[in-house]
Amino acid sequence: MSETTLNPDMAPDDTAPDSAPSHMQHGGHDEPTGLWSWITTVDHKRIGIMYFLTSLVFLGIGGIEALIIRLQLFAPEQALISAETYNQLFTMHGTTMIFLVAMPMAVAFFNYVVPLQIGARDVAFPRLNALSYWIYLFGGIYLNVSWFFGAAPNNSWVGYAPLTNTVYNPGLNADFWVLGLSILGVSSIMGGVNFITTIIQLRAPGMKLMRMPIFTWMTFVTSFLLVTALPVIAVALILLAFDRFFATNFFVAASGGDPVLWQHLFWIFGHPEVYILVLPAFGAISDVIPAFSRKPLFGYPVVVYAGVLIGFIGWGVWSHHMFTSGLGPIADSFFVATTMIIAIPTGVKIFNWMATMWGGRIKFNTAMNFAIGLVALFTVGGLSGIMHSSAPVDLQQHDSYFVVAHFHYVIVGGILLGMFSGLYYWFPKVTGRFMDEKLGSWHFWTTLIGFNVTFFPMHFSGMYGMPRRTWTYSSELNVGLYNQLSTYGGFILAISTVILLWNIWKSARSGAEAGSNPWGAPSLEWSIPSPPHHYNFPALPTVQSREPMWHEAERKAIEAVTLAHPEVEPEMPNPSYWPILLALGVTATWALVMTGIWWVPLIGFAYTAFCTYMWAFEDPFAKKGAEVTHG
Amino acid sequence: MRFSRLAALAGVVLLAACAGEYPQSSIAPATDFAQRIQDLYFQIFLWTMGILAVVWIVLAYILVRFRERPDSPVPEQVHGHLGLEIAWTIVPALIVVAIAVPTIQATFDTQTPHPDAIVVDVIGHQYWWEFHYPEHGGQRTANELRLPVDQPVALRIWSDDVLHSFWVPQLGGKRDANPLRAVPEGDDITYNWIFMTPQETGTFMGQCAEFCGESHAIMGMRVVVESQEDFDQWLADWDTGHAPVTETAQAEIEAEPDAAALAGPQDPAGESAAPAVTGAEAAQQALIEEGRQAFAIGGCAGCHAINGDPSAGGVLGPNLTLLGRRSTIAAGWLENTPENLERWIADPRSFKPGVLMPGVDYPSDPPSFWPATNLSPEQVRAVAAYLFSLR
Amino acid sequence: MAEAVMGHGAGHDASHGGGDHDGHHYTATGLNSWKVGFWTFIGSECLFFGTLLSTYMVYKGASLEGPYPLDIFDIPLTTLSTFVLLMSSLAMVLGLDGVQKGSRGKAAFWLGVVVVFGSIFLGFQYYEFNHFIHEGLTLQHSVFGSTFYVLTGFHGAHVTVGVIWMTTLLVQSLRGKLTPDKALQVEIAGLYWHFVDIVWIVIFVLVYLIP
Repeated sequence: MSETTLNPDMAPDDTAPDSAPSHMQHGGHDEPTGLWSWITTVDHKRIGIMYFLTSLVFLGIGGIEALIIRLQLFAPEQALISAETYNQLFTMHGTTMIFLVAMPMAVAFFNYVVPLQIGARDVAFPRLNALSYWIYLFGGIYLNVSWFFGAAPNNSWVGYAPLTNTVYNPGLNADFWVLGLSILGVSSIMGGVNFITTIIQLRAPGMKLMRMPIFTWMTFVTSFLLVTALPVIAVALILLAFDRFFATNFFVAASGGDPVLWQHLFWIFGHPEVYILVLPAFGAISDVIPAFSRKPLFGYPVVVYAGVLIGFIGWGVWSHHMFTSGLGPIADSFFVATTMIIAIPTGVKIFNWMATMWGGRIKFNTAMNFAIGLVALFTVGGLSGIMHSSAPVDLQQHDSYFVVAHFHYVIVGGILLGMFSGLYYWFPKVTGRFMDEKLGSWHFWTTLIGFNVTFFPMHFSGMYGMPRRTWTYSSELNVGLYNQLSTYGGFILAISTVILLWNIWKSARSGAEAGSNPWGAPSLEWSIPSPPHHYNFPALPTVQSREPMWHEAERKAIEAVTLAHPEVEPEMPNPSYWPILLALGVTATWALVMTGIWWVPLIGFAYTAFCTYMWAFEDPFAKKGAEVTHG
Repeated sequence: MRFSRLAALAGVVLLAACAGEYPQSSIAPATDFAQRIQDLYFQIFLWTMGILAVVWIVLAYILVRFRERPDSPVPEQVHGHLGLEIAWTIVPALIVVAIAVPTIQATFDTQTPHPDAIVVDVIGHQYWWEFHYPEHGGQRTANELRLPVDQPVALRIWSDDVLHSFWVPQLGGKRDANPLRAVPEGDDITYNWIFMTPQETGTFMGQCAEFCGESHAIMGMRVVVESQEDFDQWLADWDTGHAPVTETAQAEIEAEPDAAALAGPQDPAGESAAPAVTGAEAAQQALIEEGRQAFAIGGCAGCHAINGDPSAGGVLGPNLTLLGRRSTIAAGWLENTPENLERWIADPRSFKPGVLMPGVDYPSDPPSFWPATNLSPEQVRAVAAYLFSLR
Repeated sequence: MAEAVMGHGAGHDASHGGGDHDGHHYTATGLNSWKVGFWTFIGSECLFFGTLLSTYMVYKGASLEGPYPLDIFDIPLTTLSTFVLLMSSLAMVLGLDGVQKGSRGKAAFWLGVVVVFGSIFLGFQYYEFNHFIHEGLTLQHSVFGSTFYVLTGFHGAHVTVGVIWMTTLLVQSLRGKLTPDKALQVEIAGLYWHFVDIVWIVIFVLVYLIP
């Protein structure tokens, strides 16, 4: 490990001259364009881009919902909107931000980045990948269509029984919610299966598990959580749907059912879900911080194990969401203990990030700023989490604005900042252009200020007794000032989002051109042209270390392969329209359950079955096989 | 330890001052339960602030010290350090133990009932609170719980419909009101409990803390902690439906013009001559009597019970016995004045969307089988006067 | 239904596999990607049935009125249907062997047996449901009714999907399209079938046998 073999100092200009070919130089069989090519695409990169753009749209919708909420809470005892509208808004805000923004935004990065990081040409199941995306899109649309029926879900994002029962919620509201989430669950499980298989199977030669970039590692852990946690919520939603549509007794106390069982099932899913959301962000900044500190990640194996450990322990903490529901002191104590234990690996990650920066040469740009922002602000959310991991203390904080402050520090301060960091970091790879640093700076600082102005005061509104999910609050509580601040902060955040959108738009069209490795970053995705060919790698490179691009000899060997111009392009699967047609069938089948007539969904089912067969008998390599000779 | 106690003390002093300013503050304890939580919270608060300070200071140092400069050397390629990893695993683990031990002690202690505790039932409804004293003769009241000071109490909590959560921050942590689960014969019904001993007299604000539907935001309550004598007196008055009428009290009422003025806005003449007082008094009595009849005619009595009013025996809505003594109406949302009562009776849904109680000209919905009360404005005023007179 | 989509859609791509775009059939582990993916999916299904079973167990003894499990379960009958389903797994193994060895007749015969046995199992279930409803145990009647029908119903739905899948393979086999190089498809279908079978054994033990 002598100094000479390392090239961590590689600045953009130092990159080999042959490492900056733009897509312009490659004619021939390159990518088709046009709407149809996107609809039928099975290319993980395009699917990743679609995931990202779709999640941005939903971010806008969820954000507008939040702004209306903030306006309503601007002053005590206001009635800008009705209580019912408010309840629909906060329910949809939560549901949208979790299921339609945070999760798919992470999946967008999984899609785009993971195959490139491990040296694969695509994910293991490209058509299934497209199917996941289309189901997500249709599920999201379906959920939001409820607005046009005036019946958006109004049961909060946790949907506690028995408020979701038809007795208390006779309208279509909860139908949209229970069916919409079921649809989205299907998409997530498929995604999880796909990424687990991809990471196990499609690593390039030499890419051992312990050489994978941390982002890939965290994707791996997250995918396991997806395939195990989503079935639990799927069952919970099925039981609820049976209660609603077939008058069963699962959560009906009068018939011997237990409403608290819903809480258990929801949180057995819900807590791993928190880690599903946060681990990808941790993964992203674990790649960003070393790149801009010019040092390898400190304690790589520890960071990996900590992530795996978080994933495991994440299964045993769910009832800390239920300290007020009366489980008794023994159960409470158990979940106190597990919850506090999970803080340890989380803390270890933070210390390792800091140790990575220690002794480094920290380059402040927007990607790095967001990563540092995460380290600083997620810590705040983590520490308030320690406060309510203590069951008696939680009895005061639970379901108050204190908790709202806490999880926004985790979700915005942790997840969203991490995603933004990843966006600025990988954008040059996706588009071949840098994002504008000046706008990026504005985006970062407005986000940072807006975020803290919005959510820090909520600690106080909560501590002074304001419960969450409340349409308005009494002026007697004296929390008007804190709410006012939160509202101002919300609008600063809105401005920051506009800056972000403008930056994406502008940079994608006219940003400065970036070479194959504009940051001098260490991992494999930086060995191929930006943007990559649709087949990613002309031939599979051989990896020998954790930072292949930082070891001069290894880098040269890899780039000789990855930047080469192949005589014959690798054979890639054909585009297919069956994923979108099948996704339509899955969504329609579920949506038709709403009719309450038992045979109507069967029409959708029959159509789905038909599409499944067409899909199954379609050979993804059929036509191309005729043109291109096999190697 | 000593430091943390000192800081906790300072914090308590600081926050006690704020209690008046923030009547629903979760950090201004007035019971042993709330105090226990408070002590624990401060201990954890100090630990977390300490950790935050360390992380932020070190981070700030790193960002300044190791920022890229023109003369920055190529960083040494360090891959890790086992000792450090062990250190920053062990140290947080020890802190966790330091937090977990008192937490688990408090978890058990706060869920152990006092042997002398009196049981009071707390029943959540969409969107109001019912309180029941099974050990004192079965008194029922709504939205204003009365408790004797320094008497251990066990609140037995459940819900009549969806989930609610009983939260009066100054009295302690919240506990969910779950619907009572029907059980096979021979099995025990499980309740949720809060055990505490109020240590200060006063009126404390609280509200539902578990989302329970359209008007969840305005499902508030008050808890009046009073001396044992006052509490016993209130129970006795509840049994009769009114305050004991002694001769001196009667004389006091007659000598006190404000008592009459209280009943209606139409009488600004609080200071009018003595004969007028008697006239106003009589008019007020007539109004109250009219209100009592309207209460039955309008259908109110079908849902509301009033002890001392034989025609009012409904059990679906809040029990209105001694309503005039409550500080608020509409589940802690409106101050209890005759004017507010009038507005509330005329149009409850304008204050509390989704409430079951019908107004004068609209039926309740859902479910829509309670007809509109069809009371005239005069009748509404009379009902308000009647209810306000229940004291 | 999601299972159908994934399970079946999955099966066919296997000839190319997700990663082997080059036709080099390179994978990091040397395993086939479809098998790895399908095992992952089965892991997911374990959680699905695990949650349904837990719900059943949690609600055991919580019914307010009969009929209770002991009143209506016909253990000998269910044992018989369990045996039929077990035997179908054996047939599945033999069917796969037939495909691998290129023995068209053997493959078709045993796949046919799988379809028939699976259908017989479903027939038993249909009879059982019908009988229970006559006894007064409906989906809405009690928590036992709700949990029992939803748990066994979802298992039955999985068997139904399996029967349809096996029928498809049978038809392909009869048309001579199930050549040994397609054995992987049958193997994955077999994985699914054995999984559904094992789930039933767990249900049979936990729901029927343990009082």
